[in-house]
Amino acid sequence: MQVQSMQFKARAGQKLADQRLQANLKKLSTKFVTARAAAIEEIDFEATREALKERRNRGLETLDVWLEIFEREATRRGATVLFAESTQDAARLIAEIARKHDVKKVIKSKSMVTEELQLNKVLADMGVQSVETDLGEYILQINDNEPPSHIIAPVVHKDKDEVADLFARVHHKPRLTDIPAMTREAREMLRPQFLSADMGVTGGNFLVAETGSVAVVTNEGNEGMCTIMPRVHVAVTGIEKVLPTLEDLATAMRLLPRSATGQGTSNYFSLLTGTRAEGEVDGPDHMYFVLVDGGRSGLIGGAFQEMLRCIRCGACMNHCPVYQKIGGHAYGWVYPGPMGSVLTPSYVGLEKTLDLPQAATLCGECNRVCPVGIPISDLLRKLRERQVDRGLRPWQERAALAAWAFAARRPRLYAALSGLGSWALRRMGRDRGSISKLPFAGGWTDTREMPAPSGKTFRAMYRERRAPR
Amino acid sequence: MRVGLFVTCLIDMMRPEIGFSTLKLLETAGCEVVIPDSQTCCGQPGYNSGERAIARDLAQKFLDEFESFDYVVVPSGSCGGMVKAHYGDLFADDPELMGRFERLRPRVFELTDFLVNVLHVEAVPGDYNGEVTYHDSCSGLRELGVKAQPRALLGKMPGVTITEMKDCQACCGFGGTFALKYGNISTAIVDEKCANIAASGAPAVVLGDLGCMLNIEGRLRRTGDTKTRVLHIAQVLAGDA
Repeated sequence: MQVQSMQFKARAGQKLADQRLQANLKKLSTKFVTARAAAIEEIDFEATREALKERRNRGLETLDVWLEIFEREATRRGATVLFAESTQDAARLIAEIARKHDVKKVIKSKSMVTEELQLNKVLADMGVQSVETDLGEYILQINDNEPPSHIIAPVVHKDKDEVADLFARVHHKPRLTDIPAMTREAREMLRPQFLSADMGVTGGNFLVAETGSVAVVTNEGNEGMCTIMPRVHVAVTGIEKVLPTLEDLATAMRLLPRSATGQGTSNYFSLLTGTRAEGEVDGPDHMYFVLVDGGRSGLIGGAFQEMLRCIRCGACMNHCPVYQKIGGHAYGWVYPGPMGSVLTPSYVGLEKTLDLPQAATLCGECNRVCPVGIPISDLLRKLRERQVDRGLRPWQERAALAAWAFAARRPRLYAALSGLGSWALRRMGRDRGSISKLPFAGGWTDTREMPAPSGKTFRAMYRERRAPR
Repeated sequence: MRVGLFVTCLIDMMRPEIGFSTLKLLETAGCEVVIPDSQTCCGQPGYNSGERAIARDLAQKFLDEFESFDYVVVPSGSCGGMVKAHYGDLFADDPELMGRFERLRPRVFELTDFLVNVLHVEAVPGDYNGEVTYHDSCSGLRELGVKAQPRALLGKMPGVTITEMKDCQACCGFGGTFALKYGNISTAIVDEKCANIAASGAPAVVLGDLGCMLNIEGRLRRTGDTKTRVLHIAQVLAGDA
């Protein structure tokens, strides 16, 4: 996916003005937030989160070792494990696999990593048709390859009527508005694709090192069609997704569906291990793993390593006051919301993503709900420090902060200036008790009054009170 | 008991009366309150803007000014959160400062937390009459665990009825310089808060942070709501509302 994060401000403005989107985004709090709150009541959330955090850390601290064990175990069971340093390398490897097996058609289940790779475009360019089979991703693909706006609910920005219009237009069928009927229509469109595909591409929620398996979590069952029907299965995921053991996976699965959709467990859960062995009735003839670095290893050992624990549940965005207002597209790359605002600068470059670490209130709601205890708001603040260190902040902002700090370090100067400020603000708001236009603070006063102060600082009033009369 | 009061820069300049309400609450409860004249700001604007050096200087200044007190009280969740939850990060590479800070940290309290959990106050001077709704500020709630304390104190006032609003724990959209840099997003968020306040039916919203206060009050007034009162918890408890 092309990085468009530099347009954050303009796009956020458009999203705020889009009344239909605003109504659609209400689903986040009414559906996801409520469902998660109920689902985590079934478990000891804090203890489970602590356990998962430890298990993820254990895997990440010796990631190279677990990846080698994974490679050995997967290979032993007939799969081929390929490592890709860049997303371009990964796309190239998948293209080579398709060429090698004479693939004409690929069916895909949901994968955000393939969005990093721009895989559909790469396949299309070499004449291979790639069909998204997750309902949400399918809707986006037939809508002129629109990007997803959420990592687990890719069409959360659309309502039923928009999808009904789209289906009628693209499927050339009578417009349906009943969701089960619409879903049935999509299934009818997808069935021939399932039956005629040569290769299935899936993501991987987790890799299990001790068995060489990939775990895939879905709610629609399309993943089973993608991995069982075609001759070739390619699982694409990030290198950080490896868990040492099946026990680790069990802990992760207690938190992933609950945090993501508020489900105790997802409708479908597949643990795929190796190619079809003799005497087995299903499974692919050829199984590949394409494990993508794409900037991930650069986080190891640094200030942002904790971000690698992320299990892509989407809870941080569901609970984020900013995401709830602007949706995912404004963020301009694959991963939106709080986790994306940490990952995008790390993976595509700090200078292309200046707004992302700044466009957060640091309210800490993301930290509270994160199932692996990532201190996301602290990481956003660290990215702000990196921006300052690399000279990426506007000089006016730095000058204003430097001037303020110069005074704040000098109590007498500060007392004089704050006294002057209080007096000036009072004069500006004299007739109404509030100020409706303030120089250099249009961001505030365009839409809000600035309540005027009383004209004297606490410091000055306290001194007067204590002075002998 | 010698209590150092950190007034906070926003109260000092924008709402000095809240500083006096805080002083009254502490003195009524029997504290000897000292207000160091050299105090300015906790450093949060610098810290959240990525200006670590500025934040560290001001953190050290705070430490110098307040470490000698038995307790330090802050009538603001976000300044209290800055000190208690983030100074450790700023002092991490200096064992001497870190040691001094570790000794100070357990003695720093947000105002309502101090009144409830240290002073165990039985009564408050205020005699506020009426229905209020309470907005939980982000840092106070999530960094300091301030949730039950203000409600417990309001509960000691016979004339006060608390009507909880929907999503009282949701951010008001202030976020410091966020409110200036992304004014439109900030406004969309505070609109949600204002709607929830209105829907609660309470004629007053009470809170514990100046940032939220200026943001919510500023938006209410701009949208023509001149009636809903926006009050700091100290004003209500002290009888100055």
